[in-house]
Formats: sequence, C-alpha cells, structure tokens
Amino acid sequence: MPAIEVDRLSKKYGEFLALKNVSFSVNEGEVFGLIGPNGAGKTTTLRVLATLLEVTSGQIKIYGYDLVKQADEVRKIISYLPEDAGAYKNMKGIDYLSFIAEFFVEGEKKKEMLQRGTEVANLGERINDRIDTYSKGMARRLLVARALMIQPKLAILDELTTGLDVLNAQEIRRVVKRAAKSGTTVLLSSHNMLEVELMCDRIALINDGQIVANGSPQELKSKYNASNIEEVFVAVVQ
Amino acid sequence: MKSSLGHIIMKEIKELLTPATLIPILIFAVIFGSLGSAFGGAAEQFSEPPKLGVINQDPGFLGSYIYQDLDHKSTIIYNGTDIEAGIATVSEQNGVALLVIAPNFTDNLTDDQAGSVQIWWIMKGTGIMDSISSGAADVVLAQVQNDLSKYLIDNTITTNSTVILNPVKYNQNTVFKNKEMVGITPGTIATVMTGQSIIVPLIVVMVVIYAGTMVVTSMGSEKENKTLETLLTLPVRRTSIVFGKLAGAAIVGLVFAAIYMVGMGYYMSSLVGSTSLDLSSFGISLDLLDYVLVGISLFLALLFALGLCMILGIFTKNYRAAQTMTLPVTMLALIPMFVLMFTDFNTLPTFAQAIVFAIPFSQPIIAINSLMFGQVGIVLIGIVYEIAIALVTIFIAVYLFKKDILLTGRVKSAEGKKRGSYSLWTMMKSKK
Repeated sequence: MPAIEVDRLSKKYGEFLALKNVSFSVNEGEVFGLIGPNGAGKTTTLRVLATLLEVTSGQIKIYGYDLVKQADEVRKIISYLPEDAGAYKNMKGIDYLSFIAEFFVEGEKKKEMLQRGTEVANLGERINDRIDTYSKGMARRLLVARALMIQPKLAILDELTTGLDVLNAQEIRRVVKRAAKSGTTVLLSSHNMLEVELMCDRIALINDGQIVANGSPQELKSKYNASNIEEVFVAVVQ
Repeated sequence: MKSSLGHIIMKEIKELLTPATLIPILIFAVIFGSLGSAFGGAAEQFSEPPKLGVINQDPGFLGSYIYQDLDHKSTIIYNGTDIEAGIATVSEQNGVALLVIAPNFTDNLTDDQAGSVQIWWIMKGTGIMDSISSGAADVVLAQVQNDLSKYLIDNTITTNSTVILNPVKYNQNTVFKNKEMVGITPGTIATVMTGQSIIVPLIVVMVVIYAGTMVVTSMGSEKENKTLETLLTLPVRRTSIVFGKLAGAAIVGLVFAAIYMVGMGYYMSSLVGSTSLDLSSFGISLDLLDYVLVGISLFLALLFALGLCMILGIFTKNYRAAQTMTLPVTMLALIPMFVLMFTDFNTLPTFAQAIVFAIPFSQPIIAINSLMFGQVGIVLIGIVYEIAIALVTIFIAVYLFKKDILLTGRVKSAEGKKRGSYSLWTMMKSKK
C-alpha cells in the first residue's frame, strides 16, 4: 500500500488556483522530495497533506485513510514540520516535547518518547533551558525532535534546513535519514538541490501548481541530460 | 523626495490606520451619536418648566401665595387633594414631584416658624442624566423660597430672620419603581445605588479587556511564532483547541476579575459604609438567587466576549495586529458602561434601549439594577439572549477554525490579488 496517494488535487485560494490536478504517490519508507520555484505550490501541497488546508477537488489517501473524511485518523499517524516553525518560547525545551507527547501517549510510553526526543534534539543540558534562549539551529533541532519522536508513519517536512549552517543542516539530515531507515515515510520540500539529491529516493518538480517532472534523482538527471538536480531544475522550470 | 521623518510617519499611519481600526471607531461614533440624542432629550428637560403636582392643604393666604408662585414657574399637572392619586398622576404624566403644602403652613409662618411642604419626588432612574429633571425642580423650589422670603419682608408678616431666610421646610420623600421611601432624596438613592452597582460594569470591562486580549493575542502569537500550524496537525479536534483556548482565557480572566473585585469591594464598601442609608430596609437589595443570576449573566457576557475575540483572532496576522483587534470589543464593553452610568436603562428612548440591550455586555449591568427592584423577567430574557448570541459566536469561531482563513488570514481572489484585498465574503462566495 502506498503511503501517500494524491489524485488530481486542485486547490483554490478564493479564485486563485494554486494547485492544478496534482497527482503523485509515495511508497512506504521512501524519502520523497518536492522541489520547485517560489510560489510553485510546494508548501500548499504539504499543508493540504498535513490536513491544514481544505481540498478544493481531487482525492488524497494517507496510509489508506481518506484525508478529507478521516482527517482525525490521518493526524494520528503524521507529523508536520512547517518552514520557519516555532515553539512556545516561554517553555523549556523538555517541557515543549512533553506538551507534544501528551497528545499521543502517556505513562511509561511518554517517558520513552521524551527520551527519544531528547536524543534527537541532542541539546545536552540546554534541553532544560527556555526555548527563547536557543539559537536558530538549536530551535530547529528541537522541532525536528518534536516531529520525529512520535515515530510518525509519515513525516511532512517543509524546507527542512533553511537558514541553518552547514553543521546543523548536516546533523538534521542525518536524523531524518535515520528515521526513514527505521520505517518513517518522509515527504519534504526544499530549495536546496544538493539536499534533495542526497536525501530523496524520488523527486517531483512542481511549477505553477503542476507536477512537471517526477522520478528518482538518477532518472531525472538522465532524462534531462544533467549532471545534478540543480541543472534538472533549471531545465524544467525554464 | 519625502523627508526621512515624513516617510516613517506615513508608513506608521498606513500600518495603524486600517479598515480594522477605523471601521469600529466610525461605528461607535455613530452609536454614541445616536445615544447622545437620548441624553440631549434629558438635558432639554432642564430648560423647560418642571411638571409638578401640588396639593394645597393650607386654607391660609400663604399657601395660596406659593401655589400661585409654583403655578407661574412650573407646569402643574395635578392640583387635587389625594396624595396617592397625585403621585399616580405625576408618574403617569412624566412629572417630577408632588408637593403637599401642609394645613398649618400659613399659621406656622405667622407664628415665626417655617412652613412645611412635603415633597414626593418621582424618581425615574438612577443615572446621572435622570436627576436633571429633579434638578430643574430644585431650582424652582429655591426660587419659590426666595419669593416667599421677599413677600414676608415686604408685608412684615414675620421679623424672625431665621424664618425669613428659610421660610419653607421641605420634607423630602421619593417614589421609585412603585416603592415609597420616606425621608430620602433621589440623589441619595442614586448615590448609594451607583456605589452598589458600579462594580458590575467595571468587572465586565476588566474581564473583557483581560480575557479578550489574551485570546486575540494568543492567536496572534501562535500565528507569528508558527506554532498554530503544529497544533492543528496534532491528533486533537479543532473544537477542543477552540474550547481549550476559550476556557484557559476565561479562567485567567475570571481570576483577574476576582482579584479586581476584592480590591473594588473594599473600596466600594468603604464608600457605601460612609452613608447611613440602608436600601435593604426599603426592599432594595439582592438575595442569593439574584447574585447567581448576575453571575450567570456575567459569565455569558464573558463567553460572548471570548467567542468574539476568537473570531477576531482568526483574522489576525501577528501579535501586533492582534493588539489592535481588541479595540472593537473593548469599545463594545465601554458603551453600556458609560451609557448606563449616565442614564437608567428604563428611561432610555426605545431605540436606544434596543441598541443597549443588543450589546451582550449590557446584560449584567441591567441585571443588577433590575434585580434590586425584583424585576426578574427582563433579566431572564437577557440571559436567554446572551446564551443564544454566545452560542452563535462560538459556533462561528469553531466553523472558521476549520477553514483555510485561519492560516491564510485573508483569502486573495484573482482580482483581489491585484488590489491586495481580502475576504471572508470572497471565501463564502467561492463555496457557492
């Protein structure tokens, strides 16, 4: 069973058509990347899949659940990390993880989840400090930990490493790859072509609200006679 | 090229002077303007001769003298002999007071004693503007006293200087909402009642400002910090998020109100304690059930405020925008507070009553004043209205919480994209 099946998804904001009959599927345990220029519809797609925005038309299934009719069930198995996401700044890092964990488990399982979150965040003693004292990299690590500690079946990650330095970005990519290896399906969007090439099993290029190319990095590079995904991107978008 | 200062000023004005801040101010200016005509009506009464009833029980010439003087300076609407009938007539014809000239009025003055006149004030309401008509009558009574002093001197009826200075002893009583209160003036009653009832409007305003601001700024903060998106993708129902936010703000708002009440309670008890008048001896007091009804009314007003603030919060973009969003709600709470401080709800013109009644924040204020006089009916109607409007408001908040507009804040249409406009209306039209 595919983890994600998107069939002719359209999304309107008022009269503006942001997504036009978008269709793609993602297999279980796969890392799938959505790339495209600004305003192409990447974030809208992710927000729709994360049950945040209404579907104008089309059908979406997440692990067999109908996204529109069974949104509550979908929310139990997904984890969404928005671009520039924030946390409650007056909370301590550990308290924030605990607050999120409460929605999923309790008792011993909650302790295990918190342990997992603390390890992923890798903030040492700073996990006990208030979030408003964290650097951007530390805050992002905490948020990635929040997203992955619940061991979601599907992690939806928007611009995973935007604004982070090389070391922080690398560490976060490692954490996400590890989660994928342990069975989590990952759907991510990124402007960083190197990141996409390094992490994704398959990629979809989206432009002006439509999927314009779809395949593994190798397939796309061959198809567009490119040496890297950046060249593929330029060839497709231009 | 504009100066740097001018450039910054223009930018600030553009940011601050938006339809969201301007429209509420214009609406409230219109509402206050409309209500102003009600106050204007009361003020006009001051320039007109007061309507009085006069019962002259004195067969002597001085009783006739002041009767004629009163007839000259006021409009006499009752001149019979029965006090009960006089009170009823003056009340019905919107008069100010019934004066009863004592049988021995002339005899007392000729015996070097002040003549007595009993006054039955017809009190219409406890607001500041409601005392204007009795103020006009006070002026007439002072003039009558002066005229009589002059008459006594001119005709050497008495040489007692004390009597000449104050020839009339007024014994003041008040009739208010069918209760006859002997020995007290409307002013005293209004002062004591205001002291006892002003705490409710103050609490309404404080709770609305505290709790309402918390809800709106919480929404603004969640949007600005991008925590709302995370919250919405957690396995929790949207209704739970809405009610969680409302309940949290309600609890904190009520705690703040309780703290405020304790302080105000001490302040008001010290004020009320300084007057010797105990209104409960006239049957004007609240029992336990009355307090429960006022509490229910207050809670429902809070619920409405929170629902309304939640709706405003849904449209807010960030923390700064959220702070200006609370303005309309605060204004809405201030209108009944000021209006009902100046006039009694019952003495307002019908259209003004309708406007004030329609504002849910008026209900606790109307409730406490009505329950003091045992008028439970209007309070129950108000509570039913509050339940209905609070439910509608919360329903709208929950509905909007499930819509894109919660995250997008504005819905841009293809046309709207060009002119940068919004709206909920566009969203609703697009659903059709």
